[in-house]
Amino acid sequence: MSAEQKIRSYILENYLFTDDESALGSDDSFLEKGIIDSTGILEVIHFLEDEFKVRVEDDEMVPENLDSVNNIVQFVAKKQAI
Amino acid sequence: MSNCNMLTENVLDFDKDTEVEKITARLKEILRNNLKRRGLVVAISGGIDSSVSAALCVKALGPKKVFGLLLPERDSSSQSKSRGRLLAENLGIEFLTHDIAPALEALGCYQWRDEAIRSVVPEYGEGWKNKIVISGGIDGHYNHFQLVVQSPDGAMKTERLPLKEYLQIVAATNYKQRIRKTIEYFHADRLNYAVVGTPNRLEYDQGFFVKNGDGSADVKPIAHLYKTQVYALARHLKLPEEICSATPTTDTYSLPQGQDEFYFALPYQKMDYALWAHNHQVPAKELADFLGVNESQAEWIYRDIESKRRATAYMHAKAFLVEDVVELNSYG
Repeated sequence: MSAEQKIRSYILENYLFTDDESALGSDDSFLEKGIIDSTGILEVIHFLEDEFKVRVEDDEMVPENLDSVNNIVQFVAKKQAI
Repeated sequence: MSNCNMLTENVLDFDKDTEVEKITARLKEILRNNLKRRGLVVAISGGIDSSVSAALCVKALGPKKVFGLLLPERDSSSQSKSRGRLLAENLGIEFLTHDIAPALEALGCYQWRDEAIRSVVPEYGEGWKNKIVISGGIDGHYNHFQLVVQSPDGAMKTERLPLKEYLQIVAATNYKQRIRKTIEYFHADRLNYAVVGTPNRLEYDQGFFVKNGDGSADVKPIAHLYKTQVYALARHLKLPEEICSATPTTDTYSLPQGQDEFYFALPYQKMDYALWAHNHQVPAKELADFLGVNESQAEWIYRDIESKRRATAYMHAKAFLVEDVVELNSYG
C-alpha cells in the first residue's frame, strides 16, 4: 500500500467512518471541511510518527504540512528523504 | 463598516447598574418560570467569575436563598481557598467546605494523571509539581501541548506531550470538575435549589469548560459577559479587593497555570477584544494594530477562535437523538 493509500484509509476509517473513496478529495482541507478538529490533528501526527517512523517537529505542525491528504503525502515524502 | 464596529478600548464599557438589574431580574424569572426551584447553589472557587456570579445570585434572591460550596482538592492554591471563604463571609451566605481530594484519590484521578506524566518524565514522583502549557494558536501552528514539571528542589523541565498522555492527563483532571458538579447537585437536590454555572463569555464561547463538569448547570448568569466586564462588575458590586485583583488561573494543576497558558491564544484582556472584534466583523488588520501584533497573527487568532468553536460545539449540545421525540418539544 502506498503512503497516500495508507493516509487516505486512516482518515476515511477513523474520521469519516466509510470506505467510500469519493468521500475525501486529495486536496480537501480537513479543518475547513470539518473532517478533523485540532485534537484529531494531534492523532494524525501520532499516526504519521508511528506508521512512517518520522518525527513531526513543533514548527512543522502547520496546515501546509498536515491539512489535506496531498499536504501530508508531500510532507512525509520530504521527511523520509532526509 | 459602521462606527459602532470600530475597535476601541471602550467597546467593552457598559452600564453596570442596568446590567445587574437585568441579570437579577432574569435569574428570578428563570427560577420561577423554568426551573421551579427556590434558591441557588454556587460553587465558589475564589476566582472572579464564581465570585461575581455568587454576588449576583445574592442580589437577586438575598443571602438566605444562596448556598455556597468551597470544593478544594490537593492542587488548589491556598489563596483560592481563603478568597472563597472571604467571599462567602462577605456575602453573608451559608456555605460548606468539602475537600474533594479523598474522592479523587479513591477514583484514581491523581494516579491516572501521574502515570501519564511518568511515561514522559520517569523521575516524576512525590513532591513534584506539574502543569500543561499550550503552544500554537497565534503563530499559525496547530495547538499542541507541553508538559512542565518542577522537581522538589525547584528544577523545571518541559517536554512535548504525546497525544495519549495529554488526553489521559486532561481526562484525569476533568474528574475534578465532574466531582465538584456531583456535589453541587447533591446540595441542590437536598435544598430544592438550582445549580449555577459560572463561565464568562470567553469561556462559554470558546468551550473552556468540562462537559458534565463545570459546563453543567441550570443557569449561567454571566455567560454573555466578557471577562473584562466581569472584573468591572466585581468592582461595581464592591467585592473584596483580593478577589477583584486576582489573576485568573485554572487552579487545576499543581504549578500556577494561567488560562492563556493552557487554552487561550492571548491573555484574557486581549482575548476579550479579539473575540469582540471577531463578533463584530472587525478586519484582522484593525485587530492587529489594536493588539500590537502583525496581520497574519491577527488572522490566526481569528482562525483559532473559529477552530475552538468548531471543536467544542458538541460540548454545548444535548445528546443527539436518532429521531426527534416531538412530544417533548412544547415543554421547552
